[in-house]
Amino acid sequence: MASAGRRTWTILPGLGLSLGITLTYLGLIVLIPLSVLLVKAADAGAAKIWAELASPRALAAFRLSFGTAFLAALCNAIFGFILAWVLVRYQFAGRRLMDAMIDLPFALPTAVAGISLAQLYASNGWLGYALAKAGISVAFTPLGVLVALVFVGLPFVVRTVQPVLEELDREMEEAAVLLGARRREILRRVVLPPLLPAVMTGATLAFARAIGEYGSVIFIAGNMPGYSEIVPLLIVIKLEQFDYPGATVIASAMLIASFILLLAINVLQARIRSWQGG
Amino acid sequence: MARASGASAGQGLVPALSEGPRVRAALIVVAAVFFLFFLLLPLLVVFVEALRQGLAAYWAGISEPEARAAIRLTLLTAIVVVPINTLFGIAAAWAVTKFNFVGKNLLITLIDVPFSVSPVIGGMVFVLLFGLPGLLGPWLAAHDVKIIFAVPGVIIATLFVTLPFVARELIPLMQKQGTDQEEAALMLGANGWQTFLRITLPNIKWGLLYGILLCNGRAIGEFGAVAVVSGHIMGLTNTMPLHVEVLYNDFNFVASFAVASLLVMMAFATLVLKTVLEARAAWKLPTLP
Repeated sequence: MASAGRRTWTILPGLGLSLGITLTYLGLIVLIPLSVLLVKAADAGAAKIWAELASPRALAAFRLSFGTAFLAALCNAIFGFILAWVLVRYQFAGRRLMDAMIDLPFALPTAVAGISLAQLYASNGWLGYALAKAGISVAFTPLGVLVALVFVGLPFVVRTVQPVLEELDREMEEAAVLLGARRREILRRVVLPPLLPAVMTGATLAFARAIGEYGSVIFIAGNMPGYSEIVPLLIVIKLEQFDYPGATVIASAMLIASFILLLAINVLQARIRSWQGG
Repeated sequence: MARASGASAGQGLVPALSEGPRVRAALIVVAAVFFLFFLLLPLLVVFVEALRQGLAAYWAGISEPEARAAIRLTLLTAIVVVPINTLFGIAAAWAVTKFNFVGKNLLITLIDVPFSVSPVIGGMVFVLLFGLPGLLGPWLAAHDVKIIFAVPGVIIATLFVTLPFVARELIPLMQKQGTDQEEAALMLGANGWQTFLRITLPNIKWGLLYGILLCNGRAIGEFGAVAVVSGHIMGLTNTMPLHVEVLYNDFNFVASFAVASLLVMMAFATLVLKTVLEARAAWKLPTLP
């Protein structure tokens, strides 16, 4: 990295061609379409923007989407950390299978996850039946949204913590033992500090994914306006009703939230790299 | 915590160097239960529901004309989208990792944008551009070109959501490899294409294949973006995931889960190939979506 940074010339060919292809294609497929969205939202005017965003239905959807996404990220932070810890540090039967299958929510089409979770947690489903007996209904409630978002975000924390944990120097822990530290102190002062940025990054990635998630949620959520209707679904409904200005305003708000999160993720990842580098 | 009783723990470790056996067992059980409820059971449900009425009903579900049309459209989409985004990914990675220019880091961030945007927004921007009330809608209608609620819309929306996969696998890999080998080849008289084909391509092949694999998986499974632009026309613009949705909403659960089971097998194949590629590449491939 350092040597590449200093060198400002190279004999390699193809800068014009490869950069030309990259900018043209990225512009046509991503940048121009997203700019059109933002421009159209701005066209709607301040009064319309306020009316859309402050409408009770939109407010409820934003509260649900961001609230459940936050709780799902929290669940994923806790269980993702435990999964990563167990996978890296312990030996047990089925460990390699578990490791390989962690990526399943990335590989599985979201609609499949959606119908499968809906069936599992329906009041007559395998898990839903038992939970219903205990007085807990998951399907068609905000809890169902949470379950779907936990599923979708599961791999993020595991896969960001795992490599950092693998590279963590065991000698530091050994040194701490020799210096007389107890296990709890070692965890708090030696092990956890370098892992914290990784957990935060993974949780932020899971959160960013969760606020935009659509396919795995809509089947289990029940989609009652004001109660279990997420923002992406509200956008789709407005599009289907040809309320383009309304859909545009809400989508732009989501887009801006996504950009802010992307920025936060970049900052966090830079912090992980500084831990690993020094 | 680390009382002397912990010394009998595990593989003869110093007590403070690892958790006691009880904590260990508890953590493994927590991980296993979470794994069971959130990963294994959802998978199992798909196959149990698909086979609930026997093999004949399963087969009928995946072989009826609408299902076959959905499978065809999904494969067509993947065949068009994956090569385009592979070429883009190679070009972008070459530009970004072999040269220095102003705004390079911004470009790398922009390539990631489709991942951080809701897939619903990925579909809707093309409705705003090409839909009838959209920017180019009247012109397209006048020239009788249909993009939204037609196959081209499905393909364009899939191009959007799968754009970053190959590029983001290649960029960290090629950054690590640097430019020394390519420069040596060029100084020995190779031309640019020879250098790329004989030096760069062999160096990046496993990462490239993995990027293509992920791109393909997402192209086949994409739902939100495609749902917005497709119009759900049975037999015409329904991809496999959309067909699954339509059947499920019609309470045709056996057929819905039967088609879904094909997608689960695709996901499994992706994970197995990933494990194989990792063994070949002898390094942990970066996963994130």
